[in-house]
Amino acid sequence: MIESIVGSLNAGAKYIIPLLLVGIPFYALSVKKVKVYEVFVEGAKDGFTIAVRIIPYLVAILVAVGMFRASGALDLLLNFLAPVLNLIGFPPENLPLALMRPLSGSGSLGLLTDVVNEHGADSIYSKIGATMFGSSETTFYVLAVYFGSIGVTRSRHALVAGLTADMVGALAAVFFCKLLLG
Amino acid sequence: MLNYIWFGMMFIGVVAGIFTGRIDEVTEAAIDMSKVAVQISIGLIGIMALWLGIMKIAEKSGLIQIIARGLKPITIRLFPDVPADHPAMGSIILNMSANMLGLGNAATPLGLKAMEELQELNPKKDTATNAMVMFLAINTSSVQLIVPATVVALMGVAASQIFITTILATLCSTITAVFMVKFLEKRKRFSVENAS
Repeated sequence: MIESIVGSLNAGAKYIIPLLLVGIPFYALSVKKVKVYEVFVEGAKDGFTIAVRIIPYLVAILVAVGMFRASGALDLLLNFLAPVLNLIGFPPENLPLALMRPLSGSGSLGLLTDVVNEHGADSIYSKIGATMFGSSETTFYVLAVYFGSIGVTRSRHALVAGLTADMVGALAAVFFCKLLLG
Repeated sequence: MLNYIWFGMMFIGVVAGIFTGRIDEVTEAAIDMSKVAVQISIGLIGIMALWLGIMKIAEKSGLIQIIARGLKPITIRLFPDVPADHPAMGSIILNMSANMLGLGNAATPLGLKAMEELQELNPKKDTATNAMVMFLAINTSSVQLIVPATVVALMGVAASQIFITTILATLCSTITAVFMVKFLEKRKRFSVENAS
């Protein structure tokens, strides 16, 4: 049942982008008589300016995250946190991923790959890890790019709210995997 | 806030790097990542242009407005400061839909468009509005209906098992995000006047 839903969702996903690319201009041209080519080019011009505008923000965030990652500070943090998390049943195997997820997309995918290679795709650690990966976003990157694109430097409560949600998501991943798949 | 976290990450990186003897890696990471940042941004140009072009067509033909009107009951509660028929609403909804369907490539341009439109409503251009923070909190908590392709590739058959758990975990984090934003936006610490 679940397999077939997942299968059809993932099979259908590959049609979404081509259908949007052709469906939107089709509606505009046939129903509203929009000059689709001219309008497309007009909109596309913004692509360059926005992409270039986010460069300094992205450099700032990625450099800081990269330095933090390369230093091994995460491992030190792990040693410190592991005993506490053991108390609430949070597997230490999944802790690096949970900490890395908001910082780096490629980094957390690498950590998930490690867990799968070490414990096998059928292990509870892999399932928890994959759930964590799929249920969260790279919060730091998104904030830097989105706020950077419009020049907002005072982000107010965005980071606190985003990281709290990430933490709850990671705990929920452990809880539901142990409950349903454990 | 971001000032302290940004400096903190670099500071901890250098101190821990000296302590663990990995200071060379720290230096290398700083230089490499600055290149990666530019590569990512430049790589975005094409995709951004494609989706912003298509979006412009959707906007001119009135499609965005139709979608925005349909989801009005939800969006006016989440974004009370944004007029229900403002173009930002349409972009926000399209960004969320793209995220839900796992279309990361389409989601970023749509999201940046939404930010630009929200910025038009912002009286203080260097400070985030309540609507922006709400939008990003929902965005980063990632409401996803499709397991990412990379995870499917990695997990094989087991990927279908994590479908339900991913949706449940996502639901928890998104609800947390919405409530946290609503709760924090009224705190004095995070007010527009005291913003940092």
